[in-house]
Amino acid sequence: MAGPPLLEIEDLRLGYATERGTLWAVDGVNLEVRRNEALTVLGESGCGKSSLARTLLRTLPRNARTPSGQIRLDGREVLGLPEERFRREVRWVRIALVMQAAMNALNPVVRVGEQVAEPLRVHQRMGRREAQRRAAAAFEEVGIATDFLRRYPHELSGGMRQRAVLAMALVTEPDLVILDEPTSALDVLTQASIMNVLKRIKAERGVSFILITHDIATSSELADRVALMYAGQVVETASAEAFFGDPAHPYSRLLMDSVPRLHQEQPPRAIPGRPPSLLEPPTGCRFADRCPKAYERCAEPPPEVAYDTRHRVRCWLHHPGGRR
Amino acid sequence: MTRWRDGLAQIRRYPSAVVGLLIIALLLATAIYAVTAIPYSEAQKLWRGGDAWQELPVNASPVWTDRIRGGEAPRTITASSDEVAVEREDLGAARLETTTLEVDFPYGDFPSEINLFLEAEFEQRQPFTRVHWRRPDGQEIPIEARRVGERDRFSISQDRQLESRLGFAPQIGLLTDAEPGTAEPDVLQGTYQLVIETVHFEEDARLHADLVVYGQVHGAFGTDHQRRDLAVALLWGTPVALAFGLLAAVGTTVTTLIIAATGVWYGGWVDAVIQRLTEVNIILPLLPILVMIGTLYSTSIWLMLGVVVVLGIFSAGIKMYRSMLLPIRQAPYIEAARAYGASGGRIILRYMVPRILPVLIPTFVTLIPTYVFLEASLAVLGLGDPVLPTWGKVLHDAQAQSALYHGFYYWVVSPAALLMLTGLGFAMLGFALDRIFNPRLRSL
Amino acid sequence: MSAPAATAASAPGSDSALLEVDGLYTHFELRQWGFLRTGTVRAVDGVSFTLDAGEATAVVGESGCGKSSLARTLLGLHRPTAGSLHFAGSELSSLGRADLKAYRAQVGYVQQDPYGALPPFMEVRRILAEPLIVHGIRRRAERWQRIQAALEEVGLAPATEIAGKFPHQLSGGQQQRVVIARALLLRPAMLIADEPVSMLDASVRVEILTLLHRVQQEHRLALLYITHDLSTVRHYVDRAMVMYGGRVVEQAPVDALLRHPQHPYTEALLSALGDPDAANAGRPRPVPGGEAPSLIHPPSGCRYHPRCPHAMAGRCELEPPPPDFRPRPEHRVACWLRE
Ligand SMILES: Nc1ncnc2c1ncn2[C@@H]1O[C@H](COP(=O)(O)OP(=O)(O)OP(=O)(O)O)[C@@H](O)[C@H]1O
Ligand SMILES: Nc1ncnc2c1ncn2[C@@H]1O[C@H](COP(=O)(O)OP(=O)(O)OP(=O)(O)O)[C@@H](O)[C@H]1O
Ligand code: SF4
Ligand SMILES: [Mg+2]
Ligand SMILES: [Mg+2]
Repeated sequence: MAGPPLLEIEDLRLGYATERGTLWAVDGVNLEVRRNEALTVLGESGCGKSSLARTLLRTLPRNARTPSGQIRLDGREVLGLPEERFRREVRWVRIALVMQAAMNALNPVVRVGEQVAEPLRVHQRMGRREAQRRAAAAFEEVGIATDFLRRYPHELSGGMRQRAVLAMALVTEPDLVILDEPTSALDVLTQASIMNVLKRIKAERGVSFILITHDIATSSELADRVALMYAGQVVETASAEAFFGDPAHPYSRLLMDSVPRLHQEQPPRAIPGRPPSLLEPPTGCRFADRCPKAYERCAEPPPEVAYDTRHRVRCWLHHPGGRR
Repeated sequence: MTRWRDGLAQIRRYPSAVVGLLIIALLLATAIYAVTAIPYSEAQKLWRGGDAWQELPVNASPVWTDRIRGGEAPRTITASSDEVAVEREDLGAARLETTTLEVDFPYGDFPSEINLFLEAEFEQRQPFTRVHWRRPDGQEIPIEARRVGERDRFSISQDRQLESRLGFAPQIGLLTDAEPGTAEPDVLQGTYQLVIETVHFEEDARLHADLVVYGQVHGAFGTDHQRRDLAVALLWGTPVALAFGLLAAVGTTVTTLIIAATGVWYGGWVDAVIQRLTEVNIILPLLPILVMIGTLYSTSIWLMLGVVVVLGIFSAGIKMYRSMLLPIRQAPYIEAARAYGASGGRIILRYMVPRILPVLIPTFVTLIPTYVFLEASLAVLGLGDPVLPTWGKVLHDAQAQSALYHGFYYWVVSPAALLMLTGLGFAMLGFALDRIFNPRLRSL
Repeated sequence: MSAPAATAASAPGSDSALLEVDGLYTHFELRQWGFLRTGTVRAVDGVSFTLDAGEATAVVGESGCGKSSLARTLLGLHRPTAGSLHFAGSELSSLGRADLKAYRAQVGYVQQDPYGALPPFMEVRRILAEPLIVHGIRRRAERWQRIQAALEEVGLAPATEIAGKFPHQLSGGQQQRVVIARALLLRPAMLIADEPVSMLDASVRVEILTLLHRVQQEHRLALLYITHDLSTVRHYVDRAMVMYGGRVVEQAPVDALLRHPQHPYTEALLSALGDPDAANAGRPRPVPGGEAPSLIHPPSGCRYHPRCPHAMAGRCELEPPPPDFRPRPEHRVACWLRE
C-alpha cells in the first residue's frame, strides 16, 4: 500500500460545553484508515464514538467546541478547511455518514427514492433524472427492488429502511463511509443480511469503512482493523486477527470474556464497575479502577505505545519497562 | 418532580419571566390589599353609590392630570359647622344662630360644583335658614332662605334663580368679580364666607352644616358620573379579575385534561363520544351563549364562571391534550402499570396526567388573561356582575357615559392599562415557561 | 390446529406445570374508522407450551414474529382470541377482577426499553412503591423495607441514594435493574422478560442477564426470556422455543437446540450469528432470502416455506406441519423434513 493512508486522525479532541464545564467526548484520538480497509470503532455507550464520527463530518451539535488536532484526507489537512469548501469537497463527496438511528430519521412525507437522491442533488448539483437513475443503482446495490424508490419510509420494514440510508451514503460514491451503529436496532437475520451487503460492497467497490458499534460480534463481521475506545480515548488499535485473537489491553481482554458465545462452556463474565464520567475523568489511566492488572504507575495517564506493527495500546503494562 | 424543580430554577435566567412574575406579584399584592382594606360586602355597598360619595366631585380627573394640563386644578374644599363657633342671639320665642363657614380658595379655575348639606335636629317645628355668600372683596350675595328638613341640601350650583341673578353658573358667579356675561371670567382668589343664619323655634333644635366646594380633580384615578372613586373599582377589579381568570383556567384545564385522558385511556366509544361532543362544542360560539344567558337569566359573575368552565371543558384543548396523551398511552411504563394491576383511574391520574402537566403549565398561564379579558368583554357588553366592581364595569360605564367624547380619557385608560398589564404579565411568564418546559422551542 | 393434542403429548410433567398454554391465539383486528374491518393480524397463532415452576425458557424469533404479543397475552394485557391459559391450575379467562389482580402480582414483567418502562416524572422510590400501593400495602415503613430489599437484591446499593433518583439520572443498566426490582417486588412466581437486554449496551447485557439468572435461581422463578438473539440464550435458560410467523416451530432444551437444531429456521438463526472472530469479515453469512412473513396474510402450509432452502414442493406450501415431530427425544419440531 503506497502513498499516504486515506484518512489520518491525529490527536483529535472534541469537547462539549455543558453546564458543569467542558465534557471531552473525544480526547486525543489517533487513527488511520487505508484504502479499502474497514476499521471498526468499538466501545461502550457514551465513550465518544458518535462524537468522533460527527467531528469527522462536522455535523456537530451547537454546544460543541471547535475540535483540535488534525484530520488528513489523502495527506491533506481538512479539519481547518473553511465550511463551504468542506461541504463542496469532503462531506458526502469523499466521506459519507450513516448516522445513528438514521433509519428512523427519514422524512416521513418524502418518497425514499428522492431522499436517497438528495445528496447528489445537494452536493453535486445533479439533475433530477440522473440523480434518480443513480439512486436506483444504489438501491440495487444494497439489495432493495427499485420499485421501492417510490414508497414512503413507513411502507418499508426496518431492514429496508436501514438499507435505504445505506444507499443514501453510497450514492455519491464516496471513498469512505462511516456507519454509526447501523444494525443495533435490528434483529439478527436483518443484521446479518446488512452486514453481507457491506461485505459485498467493500469487496466490489473498494470503499473504506469506519463501522461504529458497541457489539463485539458485529464488529468482527467487517473489520480489517479494530479501534477500541474507552472514555473518550482509543485504548487499543490492532488488526482484527490480533484484536480478536490476542488482545493486549486488559480492557480488551475482559471485553472478550464478556461476549456471550454460542458454543462455549464458560458463561460470559461482565466487567465489574462502570466507565468514568467524562466531565471529571480520572487523571491516570481511565480504566484503572476497573482494571485487575492496575499498579502504581497507572495513576499517571498512560501514553499510546507501539505493541506491534500497526498495533498500539494505551496501557502502562506494555510500556517499555512496564510490568507485563 | 425534577422537571418542575429544574424548570423553576431556570426561571431566573429568563428576564421576561422575571418581569412577568413581578407584574403578577404586583397584581396579587393589589388584590390582597383590596380585599383586606375593603371587605367584600363593603365593596359591594360602596359600588352601589349614594351618600358615601356625596363629598366627591362628579367626573373628576385624577390628580396627576395637573401635570398634563399645567397648573393646579381646584381641589375639593369642605367646611363644617363643627369647626367654627356659633353666634347665638335670643329672640324670645325663637333663637337666631349665625354660623360662618370660611373657604380659602387659591386656585386659578372654578370649582365644579358647590353644595351645602344641612342636618337639622328638631321636634316639631323646622328651623328657618337664610344663607348668603360673602366674597373676599366684601360683596354679599344672598343665596337662599327657607325651612330646613332633617337631612337637607342646598344645591347651590344648581340654583337656576341664582344663576340668572349672577349672570353665570353659580359656581362661577360666586367666585368671580367679573361683569355678568364676560366670556372668560377670572377667579377672584381669597377667603370666602358662607353665612348661615338660622332661626330655631325649639329649645334643643340644632343645625349642622357642611359646605362642599367641589374641585375638578380627585385621587389617583378620578371619579365617575356617580361621584364614585374609580380607585375602588380598579382596586377591587384586581382580585375579581385574577380570581375569575385563575378559577376559569384551572377549572377548564383540569377537567379538560382528565376528560381527554379518560378518552385516550378507554378509547373506543368513550373516546368517540368525547370527540364528537368536543367537535359540536367547538363550533358553539362561547360569547353569544354567555350574552344570551346574561340577558335572559342572570349576570352573576359566578354563574358566568360556571358557564365558561362547562363550555370550556369540551374545548379544542381536548384535541390538543389527546394528541399529547396518545403516545403516552403507548408508553411502556403504562403497560407496566397495567401489568402490575393498576386501575384505569390510577393510570389516568397518576401516570398520564402528570406526564403532560409541565407542558401544560405555560398554556395554563397564558390562558388566565384570556379569561380575564372574557370577563371584561362581558362587562363591557353590559353583562357584568351587577354588584361587583370590576374593570370591565368601569369600561362599560365609561362607554355608556361617552367618556372619550367628553374627554374623560382616564376613565378608559386606567382599566384598559390594568387589563393590558395583566395580559402582559401572564403572557411574559407563560412564554418563558414555554421555553423552559418545551425544550424544543429553546435553542441550545 | 391440532394444538390440544400437542399438549396432551407433552403431558408428563404437566401436573407440576405452573403455566400451561394450550392452542393460544391472539389476533388483532385492524379497523378503519373504528368499525370497518380491514384485516386480522394473526400475531399469536396456535401456540402451546408448558412452563414448570422454577424453569427458565427462552422464546426466540425475529422481529414481528409475535413474541411480545405472546408475552402480553400471558400478562393478561391482551385477551386471547382462542385457546386456554392455565396458571397454577386455574384458567386465566375465568378469573374475576380480584383474582386477576392477584394473578398480576404473581407475574413480573421486564420490558425491552428500560427508560420507557419507568415513568420519567417519578423518583425510583415512588416507582417501586406503586405496585405495593396498588396491592394494598398501606404501611409506609413496610413498603420502604421491601423497596430497599428489592433494590439491594438487584445490586443497586446504597438503596437510599438510588431511591431518590429519577430514571434519567441512572444509566441504562441501572434503569433495567430498577425495572427488575419492580418486577420482583410483589414476589412473583413467574417472570416475563421481553427482550430485556436488546436496548442495552453490549457491555451491560451480560450483567443484566446474569442478574436475571441469579434471581430466577434464587427465587425458583419460572422465567420466560424473550429475545431475538440466540447467542444470549445459553447459560441463562433451560429450554428454548423458536417462534416464526406467530407459531412455535421448535422447542427443546437449550443445549440440544443450539447443538442440533432441527428446524431450518433455527439453523438459519444460528448461522446468521457468529462468535467474534477475525475470519468473519471475509465470508458472507448464509441468510434466508425474503422478508419476515406477513401476519395478516401468512403463507400457506409451512409459514417458512417461501424462505426455506429445503422446502419440498407439493408438501410444504400446502399443509402446515404439526408442531410435534420428534426427530430427537428432546426436540419438538414443526417441519415436514422431520416427519
Ligand atoms: N451535545 C452534547 N452536549 C453535551 N454532552 C454530549 C453531547 N453529545 C454527547 N455528549 C456526551 O458525550 C459523550 C459521548 O457521546 P457519544 O454520543 O459520542 O457517545 P457514543 O459512544 O456514541 O454512545 P452511544 O453508544 O450511546 O451512541 C457522552 O458522555 C455524552 O453524554
Ligand atoms: N395491539 C396491536 N394491534 C395490531 N397489531 C399489533 C398489535 N400488537 C402487535 N401487533 C402486530 O403483531 C405483530 C407481532 O408483533 P409483536 O410485537 O408481538 O412482535 P415481536 O416478535 O415482539 O417483534 P419485535 O421483535 O419487533 O418486538 C406485528 O406485526 C405487530 O405489528
Ligand atoms: S416444513 Fe418445509 S418449508 Fe417448512 S421449514 Fe420444514 S422444510 Fe422448510
Ligand atoms: Mg453513538
Ligand atoms: Mg417485541
